[in-house]
Amino acid sequence: MFEHLSDPTIWGIVILSLKVAFLAVLVALPLAIVMGKILAGPAFLGRSLLSAIVHLPLVLPPVVTGYALLIVFGRRGWIGSVLDDWGLGFTFSWVGAALAAGLMAFPLIVRPIRLAFETQSSDLNDMAKTLGAGSFKLFFKVALPLAWPGIIAGAVLGFAKALGEFGATITFVSNIPGETQTLSLAIYTLLQSPRGDGAALTLIAISIVLSFVAILASEWMTTSAQNRMER
Amino acid sequence: MDDHVCAKPDGAVNVLTVRCKGTIGTFSISADIEAGVGVTAIHGPSGAGKSTILRAIAGLWHPLEGYIRVGDNVLLDTQNGINLATKNRRLGVVFQRPLLFPHLSVADNLRFGMSRRETGFDGVVGMLDLGGILDRMPKNLSGGEAQRVALGRAILADPQILLLDEPLTGLDDERRSQVLPYLERLRDETTIPIVYVSHHRDEIMQLADLIFTIEGGTVKQELTPREFELSTLPKIVTRLDSA
Repeated sequence: MFEHLSDPTIWGIVILSLKVAFLAVLVALPLAIVMGKILAGPAFLGRSLLSAIVHLPLVLPPVVTGYALLIVFGRRGWIGSVLDDWGLGFTFSWVGAALAAGLMAFPLIVRPIRLAFETQSSDLNDMAKTLGAGSFKLFFKVALPLAWPGIIAGAVLGFAKALGEFGATITFVSNIPGETQTLSLAIYTLLQSPRGDGAALTLIAISIVLSFVAILASEWMTTSAQNRMER
Repeated sequence: MDDHVCAKPDGAVNVLTVRCKGTIGTFSISADIEAGVGVTAIHGPSGAGKSTILRAIAGLWHPLEGYIRVGDNVLLDTQNGINLATKNRRLGVVFQRPLLFPHLSVADNLRFGMSRRETGFDGVVGMLDLGGILDRMPKNLSGGEAQRVALGRAILADPQILLLDEPLTGLDDERRSQVLPYLERLRDETTIPIVYVSHHRDEIMQLADLIFTIEGGTVKQELTPREFELSTLPKIVTRLDSA
């Protein structure tokens, strides 16, 4: 198993997966914060519908989500065909893999963030208003910093999900070594080939270590943020 | 707007007018308060609606109809469609719980409302003896310290009125006696009018210049400190009357 650790293609796969997962979370996180704030806010017409749409990738078969991405962002898709004319196509590129991973991870990122906003005391909010804070200051100086532990939890959960995404990715951007073949796809491919077991085990071990480190890091960041604040 | 600034009988200028009616669920609230400079207390048992009147002044509770004026500024006038947002009412509010921002140090908590004011930080820190705890986080403060920080934060927001809602109630007797002197200092060393809500008679006798009593959501009486001191029994009598 360990002889594969010196294999550059193995590390190429790991780096590609990290790249895909980072980009996915980087783009999804700000959107998830806004969405979490909206869903945690006062009720409005269509909030349940919005919440259902956000959570859809969580319950749909991933292949369906991937196919939906193809319809919208594929070469002949509604948006994809336009982007393709500008040379910005998502199909068969690692950016497309990040789009699929980000979409699949989105509900998992939104959930803890929404919860963090929902559990904030309205008294602190009122206090900030009496001190002259408008909605901009309320959000950036009170709500956002107080939601920090939830934001970290969401980001890590989303990162782990993006790192391991399979169904939507393979459907949308296929399984191209060096471009869209991320950890899960590579493990799957290796397990299909006669002498791939060793390399597959190496990738499995690496993915376990990565997930473990991510969760430990988030635990550490969350508790240090809470220690600073909680009584 | 000048016609609203009417002279009180004793010659003092009227700085606060609160007239409002409204309901919370089935509980109805009505108040008619005119007060001058100094400390105006609202006294009554728990659940009598004291805090609600304070929240009306702060714009955190909206009465059905009402007129609220502080100094020259009309904060609420339902007849003329005026209802200033809380952030524009220039208030300093201290609640029973200090409600410090847990992610900000004492110094940053104090500065939170200071965009409305440039100077005075050192003066307020000195008056409330906060110099030694400026770098601490709220979780490392005692109850009395936290309440003093809350008080300082409210003053530094440059309020035209201070609203104190049972600011000592969450503290034990010892801590209360540690904060009370600072409230007296605040009354004596600043010119900001104060509305002080409490169900503690001793605090009110120590601080207030004018006392309004409230019961069952309605402001009943306007008393001087002397009258208030003598009025230990009437509360029970009025209760028997209304029963």
